[in-house]
Amino acid sequence: MLDELVKSLYIAGKDFREYYLKPGSLSWGIIFPFVFALAFITRRGGITEWLAPGMISLALFFGSTSMSAMSIVFERRIGSFERLLLFPIGYNCISLGKSLSSFIMGIISAIPVLLLTLIILPKPPAFTLLLTITILITTFTSSTFGVLISFLVKDPTQVMTVFNIVRFTMMFLSDIIIPITMMPHYVIPISLALPLTYMTEALRYAYTGSYDILPPEISITVSLILGILFLVGSSEVIKRSKP
Amino acid sequence: MSADDGDCIITVRNLVKKYDNLQAVDHISFCVKKNEIFGFLGPNGAGKTTTVRMLVGLSNITEGEARIGGYDVVRDYKKVRRIIGVVPDISNLYSELTALQNLLFSAAMYGVPKKYRQERAEKLLKFFGLWKMRNFKFKNLSKGLKRRLTIAAALTHNPKILFLDEPTAGLDVMSRRVVWERILELNKSGVTIFLTTHNVYEAFHICDRINIINKGRIVASGTPVELGRKFSAKEVVEVAFQPVNPSVKELAKHVTGALSVKSEKDRIEIVTSNPIPVIEGLIQYAKLNKLNISMLSLRGADAEELFLQIVGEQ
Ligand SMILES: Nc1ncnc2c1ncn2[C@@H]1O[C@H](COP(=O)(O)OP(=O)(O)OP(=O)(O)O)[C@@H](O)[C@H]1O
Ligand SMILES: [Mg+2]
Repeated sequence: MLDELVKSLYIAGKDFREYYLKPGSLSWGIIFPFVFALAFITRRGGITEWLAPGMISLALFFGSTSMSAMSIVFERRIGSFERLLLFPIGYNCISLGKSLSSFIMGIISAIPVLLLTLIILPKPPAFTLLLTITILITTFTSSTFGVLISFLVKDPTQVMTVFNIVRFTMMFLSDIIIPITMMPHYVIPISLALPLTYMTEALRYAYTGSYDILPPEISITVSLILGILFLVGSSEVIKRSKP
Repeated sequence: MSADDGDCIITVRNLVKKYDNLQAVDHISFCVKKNEIFGFLGPNGAGKTTTVRMLVGLSNITEGEARIGGYDVVRDYKKVRRIIGVVPDISNLYSELTALQNLLFSAAMYGVPKKYRQERAEKLLKFFGLWKMRNFKFKNLSKGLKRRLTIAAALTHNPKILFLDEPTAGLDVMSRRVVWERILELNKSGVTIFLTTHNVYEAFHICDRINIINKGRIVASGTPVELGRKFSAKEVVEVAFQPVNPSVKELAKHVTGALSVKSEKDRIEIVTSNPIPVIEGLIQYAKLNKLNISMLSLRGADAEELFLQIVGEQ
């Protein structure tokens, strides 16, 4: 158990060393979310506190998924992913390792955006400790989500397309740039079916002290549970994808 | 190890792999003895890689069973992985990591205690002549060096058995020889080797025992000497006619005792274990069709011809 935990850290360390400087991780994972946040937060309409958590959520989501795309899709395509399947470790160890490298990348993407909002917005976050915890939880969830999708898509060359569809759908429907309270009522169920909605609401509560429709008990708990489910799901998918 | 395994370190019984409609591996059984170099020789698409992948747990087994070191490869897969090293058919180490980092990662993942990892990695780098390149990124190594490093990475945990899938495919003569030498040396130090190849010379040059596989079935097996004997009795009659050679089909109808007839550049080659009637038949055919025989020679068959013949019979 502990042994496999340590090994998943080695996998994460290896992934990080291998992929953090790749153009895919840098542009999608760090530059894009930052520039996006910069554009939104400083736009004409002035500074809105409402936007800040969404921007953080977007950054950690883009960051972590860009790492899973690299570390899983790329490795599967060139065949080095199979090296992991030859070590005397369980599937959980692999999916955890892959999630951890995505997690690190997600945190790295979120930090500049968080700092930006702290500098620009006049009001400090409502609950600093809770914000730290929710950032950790939501990054974990978006990491395991990215890992699950990377393994689910059969053809590795299609994962980037799938990711971008997922990313942009979530961007518009997950309470990030369009408030869920302003959405037509028939869109709300779709929004509630997207993990990023819960993550954004959790961050929003921690950052601003209020939420749109999901109280923190629900948004934080659901985020955490989804994170664990995605992790377990990924292990199962790796196991089943053996030819 | 169960009693009926005898001195087999790998036992395979009725192994089958089906992909949709294709039977890639078709009820094969064999035994690899402790401390031998076992060669799995076959043409492209024969089922070599598929067999290795099932044995090492990268592919599901459709039917049959396999044991390595007494452990069932499916049920006890983690135990099996601790005693085997696997070199896949492509050199698939991590491109941004250096040679040394790649080995250290592999050692860590195999559970080599931290204090031994560095030492073990350095020893392997030296053994494979990669010491000077230890700080080169994998992606910057030449093809031959990549191959050697990939083999080294499969050895960080001192496995008892090493699986090598086409270890020398695509390497130049020099690199190939270095790899052979290292394989032989590893074997001398007690590592059992399971090697797949489509290179007949390689199989006969370094293996203790060879199984020939074609279309998912084992079609011949034995030591290089045994396999050699099977066809050293075979000879090749080479013949050329004037003004023009008849078609292979046509000629095959007229000679008796030919195992195979094929056209090779300006001549026709006939493999046979009984050359006299073949030659008589050729002379008769020439007379009958008013052709001249411009060249006729007899020589022993070589290993590649044996292989083609065995595989061609399928
Ligand atoms: N994942 C797969 N799905 C479907 N068919 C496959 C798959 N992998 C291999 N095959 C088929 O199984 C057969 C055996 O392939 P295999 O790779 O084992 O051959 P091989 O002996 O290793 O050949 P080579 O010398 O080309 O490496 C081939 O016909 C191949 O096309
Ligand atoms: Mg092969």
